[in-house]
Formats: sequence, structure tokens, C-alpha cells
Amino acid sequence: MSYDGMLLVDALRDPAGTARLDPAGWTALLTIARVEQLLGTLARRLTGLSVPDAVADILAEARVNAEYQRRSALWEADCARRALADYSGKVVLMKGTAYVAAGLKAGEGRHIGDLDIMVAQADLPQVEAALLKAGWEWVKEDAYDDAYYRDHMHELPPLIHKERDRMIDVHHTILPLTARPRPDAAAMLAEATALTNGLYVLNPADMLIHSAAHLFADGELDGGLRNLWDLHCLMTEYGDDAFWPALAKRAAHHQLLAPVERAVRLTHQLYGTEVPQGWRRWHRQDKHYVRRLTARDHWGRGTHKFTRLLFYVRSHWLRMPPMMLARHLWTKWRKSA
Amino acid sequence: MHEFRVQVGPAAFRIGSQWKRPLDQLAELYRDYPVPTVPDYSVRLESVSLLRRFIRPSVAIHGDYMLPDAAPLPLAQGLLAAEMAMNLQMALGWRRHLLLHASAVEKDGRALIMTGQSGSGKSTLAAMLGHRGWRFMGDEFVLIDLDKGDAVPFPRLISLKNEAIGAMMATALDGRFGPLMEATPKGDIRHLVPPADAIAAMAQPARPALLLFPSFGFEATVREVAPSEVFMRLTQASTNYVALGEKGFSTLTRFVQTVPARAIDYRDGIEAEALVNQLWAECA
Repeated sequence: MSYDGMLLVDALRDPAGTARLDPAGWTALLTIARVEQLLGTLARRLTGLSVPDAVADILAEARVNAEYQRRSALWEADCARRALADYSGKVVLMKGTAYVAAGLKAGEGRHIGDLDIMVAQADLPQVEAALLKAGWEWVKEDAYDDAYYRDHMHELPPLIHKERDRMIDVHHTILPLTARPRPDAAAMLAEATALTNGLYVLNPADMLIHSAAHLFADGELDGGLRNLWDLHCLMTEYGDDAFWPALAKRAAHHQLLAPVERAVRLTHQLYGTEVPQGWRRWHRQDKHYVRRLTARDHWGRGTHKFTRLLFYVRSHWLRMPPMMLARHLWTKWRKSA
Repeated sequence: MHEFRVQVGPAAFRIGSQWKRPLDQLAELYRDYPVPTVPDYSVRLESVSLLRRFIRPSVAIHGDYMLPDAAPLPLAQGLLAAEMAMNLQMALGWRRHLLLHASAVEKDGRALIMTGQSGSGKSTLAAMLGHRGWRFMGDEFVLIDLDKGDAVPFPRLISLKNEAIGAMMATALDGRFGPLMEATPKGDIRHLVPPADAIAAMAQPARPALLLFPSFGFEATVREVAPSEVFMRLTQASTNYVALGEKGFSTLTRFVQTVPARAIDYRDGIEAEALVNQLWAECA
């Protein structure tokens, strides 16, 4: 029996189906779930089902870990809130921290790494100064990297807190400035939803659009199954009749309709998400995305090297125009040589 | 990919390797250990590149939990790479007990736990006592039960370094030793299979009765250690104290309140054994 990422997709989609797994199947499933950073999510999905004892121990451990990540993410968000107490603009939590702070299904069991926040671009100097004063410091000392971030990226160079050793990414929009779509960051901030502690999260449509843009308009699809699970949860939680037309309109406004449509199609295809009929039309390229998203073997190693390479090249192609890409790779190559 | 599985105490490992030799060595040394069906952690010994699989083979350590900057090792040190990889999974992944970077031995159902920096001699002391009337519980990690407070054994292969190799070859005359690996990043290393009673009783916990902070190379002395200092030093000796949250705090607090602690200095094994026996009689 040869396993790939579909084993994990199937287990998340139909947890009861894991009753058919033998020890080799469980071993492959748990290994792939861990490398895709979905073990905590899988543990949540399998809660209450009968599993072999050894598996139950591993899932219990994953639940402890997920609770730890949830706790530290909320603590880190609160540290940022206090550091920015004198800042009058909105501080918007993004990705995993936003999901747990807003109590969304997408946050349940989720792996959370860095803290991601968004503020108005004009206020970056003030926010940066406040964070530096509160103990965060630059990770990259390299002048080229620093200048690259400031001129072309959608976020400040990453900061790390010197005592807690945790990273913060400060965004002012959701895609690199060199990418072709130009999302309306001001509208995202204007319509963000307030939490009770004074912090904000993106409104439902923008949250979903950001997740789709991150997956299909920016990166090389690493960790894509987790990203797609976030999208599944957001669509399930928010997707009433009024939501879908509003989502299409909002996505078009941000010039991100194509990645959002792809996210809806693939989420429906892989996780069986309930989406309106009109959103389900299969695109001829979608099968390559499925192949890339599920390219893992039973040791958790990446497979389909050529497909991976194509998506790697594509990710850079999306991020910047060709001449700029050439200059960037040349500089990076000279520095490493 | 070649595969080997082993259960050490409560933890089950699957080790994959592109080369057969390190796994043959593991299989020989771990031959008396149970073989699990669903492992807790997977680790992989893989070549850094296709070329380096055959020419001056170089072993990169991969697994469920990895360090981004872990340096590869030559194939002759593949056994060490596997042991380091298994330790790393425990240090970064284990959440079922409070994990202390410490060694332990047991007598009459009660555990003597030793912790300290690398070079303090805690590992060698546990190995030596394990061959002199105590049951060896582990030389790297001690696992504290989150509900009962018991010490749970983790009796992996004993990792002997530099001078400890000769000392243990003189003590464990019938011991089974692994290959001598010279000039590793940690000096000379040779593994020793724990005594048969340690492997047979690896599922049997013991009640913590005495905590020692040994220091090798100083004149024999015993010092009391304040509970506040014990607490701080054990938070630093634990890789999962923070991750366990309130359970970690309550487990560690109970440990500090119920287990007497002493710091000891010693110059050789005979001196250390005498101090251990004296303190065991007085405190434990």
C-alpha cells in the first residue's frame, strides 16, 4: 500500500473512515499530519472516536501541544497589544492568532507559529518604534534584505522578541508590493471587526480572501493542506446564502477573484466543503494543485520533485516582474557564493 | 529506505536510513527491547546529496522534530546520528510527562535523580551505579508522571564520552558495547547496552526520593540547595515545562516540595559512590 497526502485529506474529511486503517496506515497518517502541521487539527477531528491505544496517546499529546500554542499565541497578541497601547490606529490580528482570538473553528487544534498583525502603512514607523521599545529586535541585520523588505514587501522585516524568542510580522497589506494584484488594504482596515480586548480581526470575507491570496497568489504551496483546511473552516462557518455573492464582489474589488475561486474549488474538491453550485466548475489546472498539495510519502517526505519545482518557480514569478526577479536572484547568488 | 523500530520506556521510535549499517548496529544493541507497531516519532538518516550517499557519505538528521542548523555527521557516526535524532524528538516533542534532562537509578522502588550541565558526570554516575546494585533508569531524560509524580524510566543506550569509556569498560566487564566513534562533535563516544534488569523493568516507575546536582573535579563536599534554587534549575533542565502549562507547574512544585536536594562535588567514582550512599541513608 502506498500512501500520500490524500490519506490525511480523507481522515480530516471523514474521521470515522480511519477505522479501516492498519498500523502502517496510522503511522503514515500521523507522520504526514505532523509534517503538514495538522496533527492538532486531526486530533480534534478524531475526538470521541475509538482508535488504537498507541494512537490515542499520540493524539492526546497533540492536543496538549495545540493548547500550548493557543495559549502562547494569545499571550503574544496581548504583549503586542500592550506594546501598542499608545497607538491610536487599528491593530488587526491575522491568520492563526486571529482564528483563536475570534474563537473560530479554524483555530481549533491549529498550529500557530509567528504573530501576524496588520496596521496602516503610513503608521509603520510609529508601530515599529513602539515594538522596538518594548523589546522586539531585528532578525536580519543584512542591509540588502532589510532594504528589500522595506521597498518591495507587504510587511516589515521580521522582528523577534529578545526575551520570549517569538517572532512578529507587521503587515500593511496582504501581498508583496511587487505582485500584480493590488488589494485595497485601507478598505480591509476600515471594515475590520473589533474584538473585546481592543484588537481587531479582518471581516469574514477579507479573512477568507487573505487566506486564499496567501495560498494561491504568493507562496509555493508549502503547508497548503493546512491553509486549505483554514479555508474549509471559514467557508463552513461563514458560508450562508448572503455570504457568497458578497465574497465574489469583495474579492473582485481586491483584484483577487481568481485565487479565491481556486480556493473554493479545491476546498470543495478535497475537503467536501459545501459551496454553491456556481463556484464548483473545475479548472483544467486544478489537478496540478491537488498533485502538489498531496505530494508526501509515508515518511512525510516531499514527493513529485518536478511538480514542486514548477510551483517554486511559479511562486517567484507571481511575486515579482522578470527583470526584478533576475536582479534579486543575482544578488542573492553573489551573497551566497 | 531501511527501517528499524524500538520502544524505549514509554516512547516508540521508527528510524529510517538510506544506509543499512547504522540500523544493523541499532538492531544489535537494542535486540532485547520491545518492537512497537505505531511509533510516536519518526526520524530519518538521509544523505545530504545524491553524491554524498556514496562518496564520503554524510548523514543528515531529519524527523518529525528537527533543528534547522544540525550539522551532518560522517556515516561512521551514523549510530550517534540516530541516537541524537531520537533524543531530539523527546526534547522537542514529548508532552506526556514533565521531561527533565537528568539521569536516574532506582533502589527499593525509590529513585535517585541526578541533574547538571554536560560534564557534571551525571551520566557516568548513573551507568556506574547501575552496575553496582542499583537499577539503571536512564542517563539522559527522566520523565515525571503528571498525576502521580513518579519517575518513569527512559533507559536508552548509555552514551559514554571520553574518559568514561575506559572507566565503564573496567566496571561493566560483561557489558555489550557499541563501536568506538572517535572525534565526534562531542568527543569520543561509545554506547553501552543498559544492564538486563534495567531493560526488563523499563515500564516500572519509581518514587523520587533524592535529587543530586553533581559536579566532577572538585574536592568532596555536600551542600544544601534551597527549594527556590532547585525549582529554577529544574525549569532550565526541562524542555517541556512551559508547554505543559499548569500541569507542568504543579508537577514541578510537588517534586521540589517532596524531594530532598543536595549538591555534591567529587573527584572520582569511589568518592561519588560513598557520598551517594551516605546521602541516600540520611535523606531518602
